[in-house]
Amino acid sequence: MANKIRVATTSLAGCFGCHMSFLDLDERLLALAEVAEFDRSPITDIEHCGPCDIGLIEGGVCNSENVHVLREFRKNCKILVAVGACAINGGLPALRNPISLEDCLLEAYRDGIGVENAQIPSDPELPLLLDKVHPIHEVVKIDYFLPGCPPSADVFWAFLTALLEGRDPTLPYELVHYD
Amino acid sequence: MYEHLETADPNLTSVANLKRVVVDPVSRVEGHGKVTLLLDENNKVQQARLHIVEFRGFEKFIQGRPYWELPVLVQRLCGICPVSHHLAAAKAIDQLVGIDPANLPPAADKLRRLLHFGQVLQSHALHFFHLSSPDLLFGFESEIGKRNIIAVLGEYPELGLQGVKLRKYGQEVIRMVSGKRVHGTGAIAGGMNKALNKEERDYLLQDIDQMIAWADASVALIKKVHTSNLPFYDDFATIRSNYLGLVKPNGALELYHGGIRAKNERGETLVDHFDYCHYNDIIHEEVRSWSYMKFPYLTSLGTAMGWYRVGPLARVNNCDFIDTPLAEAARAEFKAHGGETMVHSTLAYHWARLIEMLHCAESIKTLLHDPDIMSADLVAKGEKRYEGIGVIEAPRGTLFHHYQVDENDIVTKANLIVSTTSNNMGMNESVRQVAAEYLSGQELTEPLLNNLEVAIRAYDPCLSCATHAVGKMPLQLELLDAEGKLVDQLVRHSSGEFVHGI
Ligand code: SF4
Repeated sequence: MANKIRVATTSLAGCFGCHMSFLDLDERLLALAEVAEFDRSPITDIEHCGPCDIGLIEGGVCNSENVHVLREFRKNCKILVAVGACAINGGLPALRNPISLEDCLLEAYRDGIGVENAQIPSDPELPLLLDKVHPIHEVVKIDYFLPGCPPSADVFWAFLTALLEGRDPTLPYELVHYD
Repeated sequence: MYEHLETADPNLTSVANLKRVVVDPVSRVEGHGKVTLLLDENNKVQQARLHIVEFRGFEKFIQGRPYWELPVLVQRLCGICPVSHHLAAAKAIDQLVGIDPANLPPAADKLRRLLHFGQVLQSHALHFFHLSSPDLLFGFESEIGKRNIIAVLGEYPELGLQGVKLRKYGQEVIRMVSGKRVHGTGAIAGGMNKALNKEERDYLLQDIDQMIAWADASVALIKKVHTSNLPFYDDFATIRSNYLGLVKPNGALELYHGGIRAKNERGETLVDHFDYCHYNDIIHEEVRSWSYMKFPYLTSLGTAMGWYRVGPLARVNNCDFIDTPLAEAARAEFKAHGGETMVHSTLAYHWARLIEMLHCAESIKTLLHDPDIMSADLVAKGEKRYEGIGVIEAPRGTLFHHYQVDENDIVTKANLIVSTTSNNMGMNESVRQVAAEYLSGQELTEPLLNNLEVAIRAYDPCLSCATHAVGKMPLQLELLDAEGKLVDQLVRHSSGEFVHGI
């Protein structure tokens, strides 16, 4: 038990598809639970990432809290992995980058179809957004990148088993694709 | 019912003197939603709000893209129900190439339905087994370290594995039809890009009877859980509301295509078999300053009375029957239990969700036996149009996609009403009900956290495309005085311990 490998995961500005793909390990989740235990992750209730062996990050950075969480992961994880297109290059959410944030907000809350009581939500309870969506390697150092949108369950499996067995986790050619 | 708690009454009490309590997932990034309460000096709740703090800007940045990208782009809004976004967009762009649902080739229609039944099955299985089953099996107050699917697999291996395999089956249906489990390609304007071949069909047929049996057993399980604690399950977070969703022309439960039906809290019909292409005539969305999520409502009833709930509870409440036998039997029992025309219990969402999961499994079997799903006649084309509207019943409720394009097929306008948005007021009302009925006047305690959480989670909210759907929200509660100074803090640690932080 004591020398189980500790894995933490989080979703920043992502769609959660990478986490779904991780759950697509299906029955292999049982085998994984034999050798690994989970720290902070949407599949556990742990709120702060403690010292971990591996951190898996889904999604890019779109607000200041993403930055905060990412730094927390970097501080605590020996190996930090960018999982999926959004973490690696911003992905779909980064399509807003060529457009000003104000225009995005006005479209949603003033100029949209069927909008009533038009106003940009401004309550102090709402956090501030960054003007651009950033890949996570612009914020902290990243050790590995798993391409795909999302990477398939087989990619997670190949990567994690290699690390667990102490091998260099290179992916076989057929597992490297980007959609 | 609890609208008065949306904003504290300035005549009764000076807002500046109220204490502010925040229930916020510590990992706010995963949370994207938080609850704030304002309490007076007697700890009476004067204001309660669920804020959605997530903003993407999709409706703007999709402008300028060619329409045929839409089904593969928009599914990336949500990795848990990507197929629903994929198909809602597909239904919209069908119209851009002049194809209405009635003209879609039968093979394409059936393949899309098969794809969507796979989607709803896997999403409902995920919510029940991966999220809710730890609560149900270990109890609402159980050790936090146990509240995850891994622990369920460890202690209830048979049930846990059933859940994993039910979800897996839904994902495999999706993979067979669209090539990938998450973000595949299947629907194109006017049809589908491929049919099933015999091997794929036979592969899915192997396990379908087992899936139906397990889905049936899960309905029995949730019924037992609900009815063995009836007063709590029927009252907790329960609000009386209108309900909205699609139904078939004959009034049956429908997940892929139908007309809009809305009923009020007494079960009286407000609209029926309404053509969703005119949704803007009956539904508008109100903006409120304190949430990025808008508040949709039926314009005929106005913002105060016109809000409605969507999703499994709404669909099972609204339909006249379900056209698969096991799910229909389950529906009849469900409707009989409350003694009212409409079931208003918020926790009954779980029960209704599993009835739908059973319906999906039964419907998949029927479709797998239909030779049309192997037909080569997959695409139709008509006269180009400039506006397309696609509406579908996603796992969490009615999902609206609306696009306009120019002569070069470039998107010029987009409007989306996602399912969880329609439940915005419902979730807020449930939070306020719990605040008023269960928390008001009490000291800041651990059950306070749990109660608010359970209320929100019953809706299976897709707050940031369902970041809450797996695991229980980690929470921190802060009590500030009127100057904003921290007077108390309650943190739930990973061990499950609650600690006063000050
Ligand atoms: S990489 Fe793809 S699947 Fe992963 S979060 Fe981004 S959009 Fe979703």
